[in-house]
Amino acid sequence: MQRICLATVEALSASGSGISVMTADGMRGVCATSDPVSERVEELQFILGEGPCIDAFAARRPILTADLSDGAGFRWPVYTPAARDAGVRAVFAFPLQVGAARLGVMDVFRDRVGPLTGTELQLAFTFAELTVEALLNLQQGDISAGDGAMALDFGRRAELFQAQGMVMVQLGVSIGEALVRIRAYAFAENRRLEDVARDIVQRRLRLDG
Amino acid sequence: MSGVSAERLASIFVEVADTLVDEFDLLDFLHMLTDRARSLVDAAAAGLMLADERGRLDFMAGSDENVRLIELFQLQNDQGPCLEAYRTGQPVINIDLASAAGRWPRFAPRASEAGFRSVHAFPLRLRSQVIGALNIFGSTTGGDFSAADVPIMQALADVATIGLMQERAIRRSEALTEQLQGALNSRIIIEQAKGALAQVQDIGVDEAFRRIRAYARNHNRRLTEVAELVVTDLASLPGLTRP
Repeated sequence: MQRICLATVEALSASGSGISVMTADGMRGVCATSDPVSERVEELQFILGEGPCIDAFAARRPILTADLSDGAGFRWPVYTPAARDAGVRAVFAFPLQVGAARLGVMDVFRDRVGPLTGTELQLAFTFAELTVEALLNLQQGDISAGDGAMALDFGRRAELFQAQGMVMVQLGVSIGEALVRIRAYAFAENRRLEDVARDIVQRRLRLDG
Repeated sequence: MSGVSAERLASIFVEVADTLVDEFDLLDFLHMLTDRARSLVDAAAAGLMLADERGRLDFMAGSDENVRLIELFQLQNDQGPCLEAYRTGQPVINIDLASAAGRWPRFAPRASEAGFRSVHAFPLRLRSQVIGALNIFGSTTGGDFSAADVPIMQALADVATIGLMQERAIRRSEALTEQLQGALNSRIIIEQAKGALAQVQDIGVDEAFRRIRAYARNHNRRLTEVAELVVTDLASLPGLTRP
């Protein structure tokens, strides 16, 4: 995880980055950061109970703040001055999620004002997707690290998401757990995620049987 | 479209321009737009794709969302009318699918199999920027659009695009990205909700979508909000589980 943070800083010419793991019922914690200052800023939001990362998680969409001195003080009156004291001038928060399954947030910090360029945004979304992959792999015991690229490629296919909803009901688990179970099944059976999802949606396969 | 009254046309344009509302929801807006576009020309189906930061076209909303129709949109990152309209910024009109296999070798036969006879696409554009495309499928050969209809449908797409860009511009330029990414994730929630409801009620995913959408309409709630509750708290939607 820290490798992802360091790579993010490098690729986005950022001053720091952090990954926080959060759940809908309020559990949250800093998972990895690129450096000690970023760790402090990342923890700050949880101590203060406000900040871009918390908003991005709640709204399920990125919160891109290119200038912390421009209106952010109204939005986060306690967080903004504290982050600026730590040298942060811009914060870009990306939710780590697959539909209704929410895993956490990736924050990118910069010590200068200004938006991410189009290319930088693309990279940021790619890093966020990689982090989602990595977090899901961790949850299933890090056994399928190799199939990340395939899963990304298939990431937007409707059938996979429909299968997640079905397995959630079949097993009586959360949507996040359903994601992990489908991936674990595909890995254990050495089958492509795409094929497993199709079998589930077409009712040829149940994971509770 | 010749059968549509001027009053009806005017009210549709006002509806599509009205994006400066407090609780604006991108997905609900796009669903409304595809419904209106479809009914204007009495087409079989309409759907809409928006480009993300990576220039990839993502299916966002359809007047109908059956599996075969969604597949037709997923194909269009490789070929098809949406991709052409998006790339050229020009409408693609009255293409007879039976003779389009050379133009779109994968898309055209699949669209024919799905029961469509003609296809059309209009770019969603504002000046030089194209943000996506509106796709219309007809069940009659060729003639869904008369020469007079084309500028009206393009104007509808243009007004919708101006509305969308405005909605974002009054805040910050980043708002565009934030909203699109939020809507992309909402699309995933809708698919998860289809699967969940299909499993609970032992129905197909297409029927599940119809029930979710009907519930949202009948209770005047957002599609996204209802879909999210289907996944996270189905018990809070008793009307949906006891039809």
